[in-house]
Amino acid sequence: MTSPKQALAHPASSAEAAPGSQPGAARGAHGRGTPPPEGKGPWRSRLYRWDMKASPYVFIAPFFVIFGAFSLIPLLYTAWYSLHDVQLSSLDTQTWAGLDNYQNLLSSDFFWNALKNTFTIGVISTVPQLMAAIGLAHLLNYRLRGSTVWRVVMLTPYATSVAAATLVFTLLYSWDGGMINWLLDFVGIDPINWRESDWGSQFAVSSIVIWRWTGYNALIYLAAMQAIPADLYESAAIDGANRWQQFIHVTVPQLRPTILFTVVVSTIGATQLFGEPLLFGGVSGSKGGSEHQYQTLGLYMYDQGWIIGNLGKASAIAWSMFLILLIVAAINLLVTRRLRKSQ
Amino acid sequence: MRTTTRRSHRLLALAAVAALTTGVLAGCAGDSDDGDSSGSGNNSGGGKTTLTVGTFGVFGYKQAGLYDEYTKLHPDITIKENVTTRTDVYWPKVLTRLQAGSGTDDIQAIEVGNITEAVQTQGSKFVDLGKDVDKSQWLDWKNAQATTADGKLIGLGTDIGPMAICYRKDLFEKAGLETDRTKLAAQWKGDWNKYVDLGKQYMKKAPSGTKFVDSASSVYNAVLNGESERYYDKSGKVVWDKSSGVKNAWDVAMSVATSNMSAKLKQFDKPWDQGYANASFATVACPAWMIGYIQEKSGDAGKGKWDVAAAPTAGNWGGAFIGVPTAGKHQKEAIELAKWLTAPEQQAKVFAKQASFPSAPAAYSTLKPAPATTEFFSNAPITQIFSDAAKTIPAQIFGVKDQPINTALTDIGILQVEQKGKSPEQGWDAATNEIKDVLGQ
Repeated sequence: MTSPKQALAHPASSAEAAPGSQPGAARGAHGRGTPPPEGKGPWRSRLYRWDMKASPYVFIAPFFVIFGAFSLIPLLYTAWYSLHDVQLSSLDTQTWAGLDNYQNLLSSDFFWNALKNTFTIGVISTVPQLMAAIGLAHLLNYRLRGSTVWRVVMLTPYATSVAAATLVFTLLYSWDGGMINWLLDFVGIDPINWRESDWGSQFAVSSIVIWRWTGYNALIYLAAMQAIPADLYESAAIDGANRWQQFIHVTVPQLRPTILFTVVVSTIGATQLFGEPLLFGGVSGSKGGSEHQYQTLGLYMYDQGWIIGNLGKASAIAWSMFLILLIVAAINLLVTRRLRKSQ
Repeated sequence: MRTTTRRSHRLLALAAVAALTTGVLAGCAGDSDDGDSSGSGNNSGGGKTTLTVGTFGVFGYKQAGLYDEYTKLHPDITIKENVTTRTDVYWPKVLTRLQAGSGTDDIQAIEVGNITEAVQTQGSKFVDLGKDVDKSQWLDWKNAQATTADGKLIGLGTDIGPMAICYRKDLFEKAGLETDRTKLAAQWKGDWNKYVDLGKQYMKKAPSGTKFVDSASSVYNAVLNGESERYYDKSGKVVWDKSSGVKNAWDVAMSVATSNMSAKLKQFDKPWDQGYANASFATVACPAWMIGYIQEKSGDAGKGKWDVAAAPTAGNWGGAFIGVPTAGKHQKEAIELAKWLTAPEQQAKVFAKQASFPSAPAAYSTLKPAPATTEFFSNAPITQIFSDAAKTIPAQIFGVKDQPINTALTDIGILQVEQKGKSPEQGWDAATNEIKDVLGQ
């Protein structure tokens, strides 16, 4: 929202820089004074030109070196593993397996079950979490006494470690003597075996995720809300819109890109869900319950790779997860385009 | 601009580290180094050799003051223990480091459930200790478990797990059962079904809020550990579904799971610990190393209320070895330390503190549990009971995937029956599917 005056002023300043020139080149020309005199020979000018071209790459190289070492090589190596029969106890002996590991996965009930669980836990943790976050952000956006305190409080769950949070929740949800069953007992509901029931366990795992991430997302929404110009609300108020109508017709549309961002980030997080269900399961948590009722893809991969020692298959699961995330990203891209067109 | 790139590097590095160590996640809490233990902080450098000992759970070396003692005997050596709480986190880490040939500790502990895998697949990564020690110090079957096909001894025996039954005398009395440990042992001697029958009797007059046993899985493990046949045969073939030992253990566990005598807890879970504190179960299969655990978790409230009786059949549950990886930097010193730590005198010291039972019979005549322990367990002759059990333990054959198979049977099969009300057949089928997945069939 630039004012017309600023918009007018802008072209004048940008006209100073030569059109089409790179910022680096411009800075170089200014910073180093005049280009070298021609008389000093072609060698020096060539060096100078080489410096101009290569330096930016040197500057950004550390990122790519680290990315290559810690992301790309492991990624490719995992792909290589996924096409072999590799055991954790004998990493040197790799026998070519072709697509066997993937075929094995496609015909495995455990894989489909894990995929299904990842999806359902993802939905029941992401949707309420983002809705609650937007509501909380809306409340925080009001003039409140001690608003900073509230904002900090919102972020504290996010600052606790997964392990600590999950251990506490595990105790709360414990079947025998857990606080939640104790409260249910007051209302006259029979104790629920949270860890072994199908929906109960998924709900319990989701609640840990929701608890940890709601505040984080709320702060992102809050930041975006504060960038919404106040005159929009004023004119809405003049038109007779109440708070709720303002929220629906002003806040939410203005937040659309932010909501999309949080949806993408949360989806990626949900696909990789690992720590909460693992620790919630306690001993042999990587199984995700006696019927694998909350075994996510991440847990299944961990179980196959590190508990059972079948690294080839675990790698295939890792790559399947990667492909699933690519699909998610593609869907997201389509949705974003749609939204942009409709705006 | 500068700060953001730096931060993104740090984030990336952090992410990479996080990705590499997700496997360690669960063990992080227990993974911290304890520099204080050896007092190494005071005098680093000066030609000192620092030896690292990698262990899981509670080994008792530090608790029994053995590191300090060794440092006094050898002033040029300092010792650092790297503890990982959970075996399932500890072992994969060791496996990868062994094969990478770097990052291993100078001494690396090996759990009995992993020893076959270590012998069969990692034999070349460990120093042959057979030449350096007098093998006759240890029980024969203990040595045999750590010996490779070509006769290399890759690990020295630390403790073993002869088994008894620990029971709450006070609860037994309230339920109107026999409380004398010898008479009790006589009542169930030789047959675990008699133990289950006693459980049914207990449940008729059970003090409110208590059950006879902590879990069906613990009964399963107790029975199986007294059977000579487990999941593999001598030739290394998987025979779990035809094994008579497995069948017997499964049947006993099923009669526990389908009755109401189990507190339905999962061993080593937090609620299980609470079960000790709240006295919510009356008996637990009790390998020697469990003595220390019960004492710790029951706290003062359990003092004098627990007692120990001989188990229906003698079995061995757990125990460990320590080996010296060839990748270690101070092999000679590490071998000396390993020999010293596993010598009968030192094993006796660990027993005195931790009640981990020695694998060296020479130590048996000198065993003295701590006075507090004896008092805690109603002055039961712990040493006598465990020594007697140790003498009749059958030799057991382990296999490469022993642990995942066992987990499938207990944490999938038995748990479904016990906690989800499935039939024993359904539980067995679920375990079968799981084991097929484990074996890649």
